[in-house]
Amino acid sequence: MSVLATLVTAAQPVPVPAPPAPAATITQPPISYPAIMPILIILGAACVGVLFEAFLPRHNRIAAQLVLSVLAILVAGWRLLSYADEMPETGTITLGRALAVDKPTLVLWATLLVLTIGALILMADRTVERGGYFVADAAVRPGTVQDRAQAGRGEMQTEVFPLALFALGGMMVFCAANDLLTMFIALEVLSLPLYLMCGLARRRRLLSQEAAVKYFLLGAFASAFFLYGLALLYGYAGSVQLSDIANAAAGTNRSETLLFGGLGLLVVGLLFKGSVGPFHTWTPDVYQGAPTPVTAFMGACTKIAAFGGILRVLSVGFGTTSWEWRGVLWGVAIASMVIGAVLGLTQTDVKRMVAYSSVAHAGFLLIGAIVLKPAGLSATLFYLVTYGFTTLATFGVIGLVRNADGEATHLSQWAGLAKRSPLVAGTMAFLLLALAGIPLTSGFVGKFVVFQAALSDGMAPLVVVAVLASAVAAFFYLRVIVLMYFSQPAEDGPTVTIPNLWTTGVLTVCVLVTLFLGIAPSLVLDWTSSGVFALQ
Amino acid sequence: MYETATILAQPPAPGGPGDLKSYLPLILLFVLAGAFAVFSVVVAPLVGPRRYNKAKLDGYECGIEPSPQPVVGGGRVPVAYYLTAMLFILFDIEMVFLYPFAVTADALGVFGLVEIFLFIATVGFAYAYVWRRGGLDWS
Repeated sequence: MSVLATLVTAAQPVPVPAPPAPAATITQPPISYPAIMPILIILGAACVGVLFEAFLPRHNRIAAQLVLSVLAILVAGWRLLSYADEMPETGTITLGRALAVDKPTLVLWATLLVLTIGALILMADRTVERGGYFVADAAVRPGTVQDRAQAGRGEMQTEVFPLALFALGGMMVFCAANDLLTMFIALEVLSLPLYLMCGLARRRRLLSQEAAVKYFLLGAFASAFFLYGLALLYGYAGSVQLSDIANAAAGTNRSETLLFGGLGLLVVGLLFKGSVGPFHTWTPDVYQGAPTPVTAFMGACTKIAAFGGILRVLSVGFGTTSWEWRGVLWGVAIASMVIGAVLGLTQTDVKRMVAYSSVAHAGFLLIGAIVLKPAGLSATLFYLVTYGFTTLATFGVIGLVRNADGEATHLSQWAGLAKRSPLVAGTMAFLLLALAGIPLTSGFVGKFVVFQAALSDGMAPLVVVAVLASAVAAFFYLRVIVLMYFSQPAEDGPTVTIPNLWTTGVLTVCVLVTLFLGIAPSLVLDWTSSGVFALQ
Repeated sequence: MYETATILAQPPAPGGPGDLKSYLPLILLFVLAGAFAVFSVVVAPLVGPRRYNKAKLDGYECGIEPSPQPVVGGGRVPVAYYLTAMLFILFDIEMVFLYPFAVTADALGVFGLVEIFLFIATVGFAYAYVWRRGGLDWS
């Protein structure tokens, strides 16, 4: 009866409405602008980059974009450094607890900024590949008459620069996200530009577009997993804040199905981005198909952002329940190391080989991430710094070895490279030794601190597996070195293209950092162990 | 487990989660919607005039007929539609944020106004890009 009465009332002409109630006051959350200034600068510069694309004539764009992006990163880095001095010891939680700017965040941000400058300079190189690594007009169908016509034009799609800045902004938010919704938005902001950038290669366009589509489809699934996990966790804790989830999980007797179901799905999304273990299947295809500077950017920066997020989620959000889920991530870490090391052995393409090496490295990183103590955090951050520089340089060098068809990535083409170009072969050998973790390189120190942290937390079996896996992985790195130094070069083998001064500079810096961190790591180790995540 | 059991054991509070009566308007709405659909389909042929022409066989608001051969675009459905579709989504999403802003504009104050204009500006950048790159030229 009452329902009918309601309907009848609704149908009647509404009586004179009461004056609207005074609007509820909405208190604006305090915003610490100095803390988030680096993000604002990067995203703002990306927007300006889009305007450059719209209004600048084509021949001016590449220089303008490069100057804008590098300048923005330098200014962001300067703001970051000046904020590092005034930041409170426990970090700043701002924007209504959405972002946490603390010591690990600053370490991750600084590393991301430096590595992105390197990647941008690699992307802007137009001497190695005439006209640039990127296609002149990505919308033209590969293999058509128009495609052959544009291949001769010395132009490139300069949208990569604003796209890279948007991705960088997303990565920075991802590392600092203190609640899962912010983290999800950041995940999308960092992923979508990368999907596009993967499909922009000048050569082997079908392979490149295939990589982009694969990455997009699998990435969309991973995002859906993440979002589903987020929803279940919200159902459990009634909040998407990481610290609220930790508090809800501590000391209640409610069913934990939602908590661990949610965590499982959430972690799948995160591990996918970090190309860990059984969620790595996109990695070789995408690393191989994407333009090499983009692969360098992805290999270095996406890994850092993903593990920054994993570290924060696990230690802030799920530190209180670690004894329940840690066993599962033990298994994932072992799977990742074994998959990376064993499948890396069978690869015949250099880029795919380094992709599998990155899967193995993701396993090592995961060991550090599940230590959940300051030692583990500092070790993982250090490992990320070393891995980022080494990977950037490795892909930079891979882009230099070319024949008439573009990059010569098949392993057999690298035979005898040392006789043609001792410098490039030597650099590559050094970088591969660093990836393998040989002493006097940063890779050794990175592995050492991670294994040490794991041992101190009672994960000796995991460390044994990790050492075995790195021994297996060392075999395929050494195989390339043997191939370069002890094989006869083929008659029509590839040559090494001399890059421009800027690219040479980036490669030199990365190699020097790899060497320096292998000899005197304490400077960076002090920096990465200077603070822990802000818990609030 | 315990909580669910406790809820089921108690008599439902009026207007609470166990009170199914509060769902009655919703059910009534479904019934009305179904009845209206059946009514329209059954009654319209009985009372309406019957004039047959070609347009009546077209898909309703479904764009260009894809078969046997569309007239425009040289026999293919022009792919340029995707740009229009993406622009539409762009401004659609903008609207989604403008409505809640408009409702709470006075509570949000000057800060909210500045923020929403910044937001509109970012959408404007995307629009400027599409416009300058010829995304709106229909050739």
